[in-house]
Amino acid sequence: MWHLITAPVLLPFLTALLIMLPPVHYSPMRRRWLSMISSAIQLVLVVILLLQVQQQGLIHYAVGNWQAPFGIILVADTLSVVMVCLTSFLALGAICYGSAGEDEKGSFFHPLFQFLLMGINGAFLTGDLFNLFVFFEVLLIASYGLLIHAGGKNKTKAAVHYVVLNLTGSAIFLFSLAVLYGTLGTLNITDMAVKVAALPAEDLMLVKAGGLMLMIVFALKAAVLPLQFWLPATYSSASAPVAALFAVMTKIGVYALLRVYSTIFGENAGPLAGMASDWLLPAGLATIALGAVGALASPDFRKLVANLVLVSVGTLVSLVALQTELSAAAALYYTVHSTLVTAALFLVADLIANQRGKAGDRLVSGRRVSQPILLGFIFMVGALTVAGLPPFSGFVGKLMILQSAVEPVSRILLWSLILLSSLMVIVALSRAGSTLFWRVSGTESGGGKAPPLQVFAVIWLLLASPLLTVFAGPLTTLSQQAAAQLYDTTTSRNSILGQYPVQESKP
Amino acid sequence: MTLMWILLLPLLGTLVPLLAAKWNRSACALATALPPAIALMLVLLHTGQVLSGETVRFFLSWIPLLGLDISIRLDGLAYLFSLLILGIGLLIILYARYYLSERDSMPRFYAYLMLFMTAMLGIVLSGNLLQLWMFWELTSISSFLLISFWWHKAEARRGARMALTVTGAGGLALLAAFLLIGQVVGSYDLDVVLASTDVIQQHSWYPVLLVLFLLGCFTKSAQFPFHFWLPNAMAAPTPVSAYLHSATMVKAGIFLLARFYPALSGTELWFILVSLTGLATLLIGAYLALFKHDLKGLLAYSTISHLGLITLLFGMGTDLAAVAGVFHIINHATFKASLFMAAGIIDHESGSRDMRKLNGLWQFMPITATLAMVAAAAMAGVPLLNGFLSKEMFFAETLHQHLLGSLSWVIPVLATVAAIFSVAYSMRFIHDVFFNGQPKGLTKTPHEPPRYMRVPVEVLVALCILVGIFPAYLIGDLLHAASASVLGGVVPEYSLAIWHGFNLPLMMSILALAGGTLIYVNRKHLFDFQNTLPDVDALNSFEGGVKSLIARCDQFYQWLDNGSLQRYMMLALLTFVVLAGAPLLELDTLWGGRDELPIDAVNATGAAMLLIAAFATVVWHRKRVVALLMISVVGLMVSIAFTRFSAPDLALTQLSVEVVTVILLMLALFFLPHKTPKQSEAPRVVRDVSIASMVGVLVGSLSYALMTRPLSSISEYFLANAKTGGGGTNVVNVILVDFRGFDTMGEIAVLGIASLGIFKLLTRIPIFKPSSDGEGRPWATERHSVLLSTVAQSLLPLAIMVSVYIFFRGHNLPGGGFIAGLITAVAIILQYIAQGVDWVKARMDVEYQRVVAVGLLIALFTGVASWAFGKPFLTSWFDYFDIPLLGEIELASAIAFDLGVYITVVGSTLLILASLGKMTTSHRPVHKDTI
Repeated sequence: MWHLITAPVLLPFLTALLIMLPPVHYSPMRRRWLSMISSAIQLVLVVILLLQVQQQGLIHYAVGNWQAPFGIILVADTLSVVMVCLTSFLALGAICYGSAGEDEKGSFFHPLFQFLLMGINGAFLTGDLFNLFVFFEVLLIASYGLLIHAGGKNKTKAAVHYVVLNLTGSAIFLFSLAVLYGTLGTLNITDMAVKVAALPAEDLMLVKAGGLMLMIVFALKAAVLPLQFWLPATYSSASAPVAALFAVMTKIGVYALLRVYSTIFGENAGPLAGMASDWLLPAGLATIALGAVGALASPDFRKLVANLVLVSVGTLVSLVALQTELSAAAALYYTVHSTLVTAALFLVADLIANQRGKAGDRLVSGRRVSQPILLGFIFMVGALTVAGLPPFSGFVGKLMILQSAVEPVSRILLWSLILLSSLMVIVALSRAGSTLFWRVSGTESGGGKAPPLQVFAVIWLLLASPLLTVFAGPLTTLSQQAAAQLYDTTTSRNSILGQYPVQESKP
Repeated sequence: MTLMWILLLPLLGTLVPLLAAKWNRSACALATALPPAIALMLVLLHTGQVLSGETVRFFLSWIPLLGLDISIRLDGLAYLFSLLILGIGLLIILYARYYLSERDSMPRFYAYLMLFMTAMLGIVLSGNLLQLWMFWELTSISSFLLISFWWHKAEARRGARMALTVTGAGGLALLAAFLLIGQVVGSYDLDVVLASTDVIQQHSWYPVLLVLFLLGCFTKSAQFPFHFWLPNAMAAPTPVSAYLHSATMVKAGIFLLARFYPALSGTELWFILVSLTGLATLLIGAYLALFKHDLKGLLAYSTISHLGLITLLFGMGTDLAAVAGVFHIINHATFKASLFMAAGIIDHESGSRDMRKLNGLWQFMPITATLAMVAAAAMAGVPLLNGFLSKEMFFAETLHQHLLGSLSWVIPVLATVAAIFSVAYSMRFIHDVFFNGQPKGLTKTPHEPPRYMRVPVEVLVALCILVGIFPAYLIGDLLHAASASVLGGVVPEYSLAIWHGFNLPLMMSILALAGGTLIYVNRKHLFDFQNTLPDVDALNSFEGGVKSLIARCDQFYQWLDNGSLQRYMMLALLTFVVLAGAPLLELDTLWGGRDELPIDAVNATGAAMLLIAAFATVVWHRKRVVALLMISVVGLMVSIAFTRFSAPDLALTQLSVEVVTVILLMLALFFLPHKTPKQSEAPRVVRDVSIASMVGVLVGSLSYALMTRPLSSISEYFLANAKTGGGGTNVVNVILVDFRGFDTMGEIAVLGIASLGIFKLLTRIPIFKPSSDGEGRPWATERHSVLLSTVAQSLLPLAIMVSVYIFFRGHNLPGGGFIAGLITAVAIILQYIAQGVDWVKARMDVEYQRVVAVGLLIALFTGVASWAFGKPFLTSWFDYFDIPLLGEIELASAIAFDLGVYITVVGSTLLILASLGKMTTSHRPVHKDTI
């Protein structure tokens, strides 16, 4: 069972390859079923992994039997495994949704989807910064492919922007890795933290430059102002199941920020401790504001949801900038909640658009939806959740976030921005909902009923919200444990680098 | 646990009407009424305990980290409100059964109503601040659903959104207040908070938290200047108006004032804010009510006014005023709910709510008229009715306060003025509707409602009279218990008698009755005056406000995000400049201590060529073929540099990558439009050049700084262990396939995925095939040159031999799967170029995506195989064998892995090429214009 940690990477990899080969390749049904079954298995495996981590604490796995810091290691701590669980849960819903017909609108939907999962899971689990780069590439290249799924002018244009910006990001990533490796001489995240703690003064500023460049890369991935421009167009033009899975992609950026700036440049980093916060806090807060403004300005529902993604990213980045255990715990809980609900809303937007005839999801009067009670209920649950209103998970997340801002200045800023943006989101969503469902012209509905598989997928994702609320007690405790583990650098260092004497820094 | 059921029953009750939807209407209503009826009984079970001053509690831990627990707390105040909510709720269920028409979805209505009931009970029964807030927001949401029940009406949709926005904003302020209180006190438990009066009031945050708290209360209870949403919420069905917008939900704000009275009141700030807001609301509501022609409009403003009255009472700060406040909550709920229901009956049975049309209804519906008149009299404060009693207490308290110092006498005067208007609008309600001639222009003849539709009104009106005559017997204990919880246990002496002697409050009452009559009689002049004032329509101004906010947001958004990639890139690169540059400003020198290598002629020439080629690429970027050639020069120079600085592996890789890239780009260029987009304007060129230079300067400086630094890194470990641990002397290759084989696996996956993506993109793009080049010269008609095809064919076996050689020597000498793969791919590409897609396809019919998959699968299985030996993924194995004829040979698992790399590289490259190539062949339709 000790190989279990590789499953989130290898299982989707294997699945993708099998789908490309006979005998699976020949029939759409076989491709779908393999993809869905594999995702379900993946979900089961990662839950087992989570239980393992709960029992044993941090697990690390030396790929190729080369120990850290020389080889690549995979690290499963509560934080990374929760993120992988989230991804698997989300993926199952998105794949089910896509398997109702969307997957046949272009080639290689399922293989690319599984490759994307491989990349995402790898990025969460790796303990090596260069390996993180590799998995970033895997997930990016797969996402380029998925973004253009089902074709169209908008998608192609959005894809060009997305690809160009991300290639720039990759170049900066590589360069910053070069700078960090050139000064620290290692790429293992834990080892880098050790090296940074004992950094000679003349190298400080170079490492700082490298670290800040790395921040640009992660901020671009997370879509933080002023690097967020690719997001609204990309997410709102991607086909629904793809957009749903993309909801977790911004969170990878946030995760990487959290990981790198609380481990490598955490409180032990001497003069470099907390160097990212000065930049991240204003950027995060501005992103919240921009997302709220964008939500109000959105001409269609998909754009609105994309802007809600921005709000959640801004919130998360601000939390990362606070650099406390409580804020990290809040960030983890909020990540799970916001990822699932925004993903569900992308799917809801698609369901609504399919039933409103020509009007689609644009916020103008249109045909009646053919399943008003079902869709209305789903919309309502999603909207309440994402706006942070009770009784669903959003309000637990919001309470946690507000309580985690303790320092006076950040409290005033964060509180006012979060509360004001909540209000703007409420206004935007109530307007969107009443337009989409209530401003109807004619008595005819604009489309057929939604396929059961798609309805299942949406309910699957939304179901998480009440569950996250009801079990908020144990789940918040879990988040807190994850945060404690993240900040307990001594234990993780002893566990990961324990076998080797920690190298003294250069004279 | 019975306490928990008081909440759970209505919550489960939301499902009952949905399940009973198929039954007939009465059965559905009856089923819906069952859970709240049981809940009411459960509340009544605790009567003895509560009236004796006990507080009943239920606690269940929920989210300890946040201090959010399930805590139910039944004291006098909560008991009083629970009775109101459940009692009036039951009457409303009965009433709505007759009010809703066949076309309305009754189950939906009842479900919303029960949701609201749960939320409201949750507020009053909460023993935890955060839990209270949770239910608080739920009331806003259920109110939104109920107001918009008739969603096809625009005013219902807008009214609902307006109510949600205003109360939602208040809710957020309240949340902030609660969080602050929680942090000041250190607990969100209500009992702890109520016992921490001094801690809260002496804290420096007290003013902030009080203002936030009051914002929450005032928005919910429609206090000036947030009162405007309430009249527009009247678009809701009348049962909703009676229940939410007069009896219960709007009292939630006042409930909070009462609930937190022990903890927050008693300060100067509290007095000023609460009493002045209450006073202003009292006056404005009473005055405006008179001018509303809509029955429900009049009642809405009257409700605002009465809510102001109660707020004023809580703001006065005397214990007796608080008692009076609690008393008026009860009285207002009874008479106003019955009035709303009566108004609903009138609307229902006559088809109009307009008092200009409704006249003389007495003759059509005498019983309803009598009921409405009694209730309206209670509203006006006529003796022997409950409204009189609490109003007397109110007058008495206005006389005892000293809020405004020497100007305190103004308050009783203004209170009397408000009472005068209150009498006037009550008279209007009675006289205009039931007397005053005959109805005008009604669409149907009014008549009495169904028997049971009147029952709720009768019950409430009976209460008005009974409480008005026997106050002490009926509600003395209840009022005492509720006041005790507001005042923290100590209730002052007060008398509930009807007759207190001939005193000043009675004079004020008499004055109000007389003055009200006078104003009503002379109302015409006042109406004329009021008509000259500009008419402010809150709904339209709110809608306009939202629209202009959206327009502003849109404007700002468009300004910021103009959809231009150039702008996005500029911002990204500027971010890079700032973040990477800032630390360098603090660095004294870039030089890190290592001696620089001498510059010799070869290095200088190479560097110069690199620079020139790069520069030329930029200069000629509009001539794409030239630019491409220049880029390839750059690539070539880089690979030469690799060779010169002893990195033959890199040089080989770079070289083969360069070849493949250039070929693929040439193919891609073929499809691009020949005209390049128009040249940037000069200022933009300056901007772009500056940004590019800054980035270049930073990258150059950082590189210099790094290269002049001595480095101790993990590379030394790789050098030491490549042979012993990895079985190869070519360290680069061992790093690739062994030390960091996992990275390589990822990277070949990237290559494979990229080829899939390109295939996916190109099979869908409707691109047309140009028939001539940029200068208009037609492409050569000779499709395949004989010379080229002959050479290409003879080269193929040779090239494959070379790649096999390169592949096998890789582990120890420069080479390896990646380079070998590229060489093979180049050889096959050459066949495509020389012979065309069809020729190759006929001879080598392979689906390249399968080749990619097989290659990756080999790499994956090589890695997994090590599990069988109890080793981690991708652990390498090697050994030396003595094989006859060949001599000693090393076999390593890394070779299998490298084979995977090789196959993937070949497959991916050819898949990309074939996708591009396919666009020129008969496999896809050619665009008409080009033929």
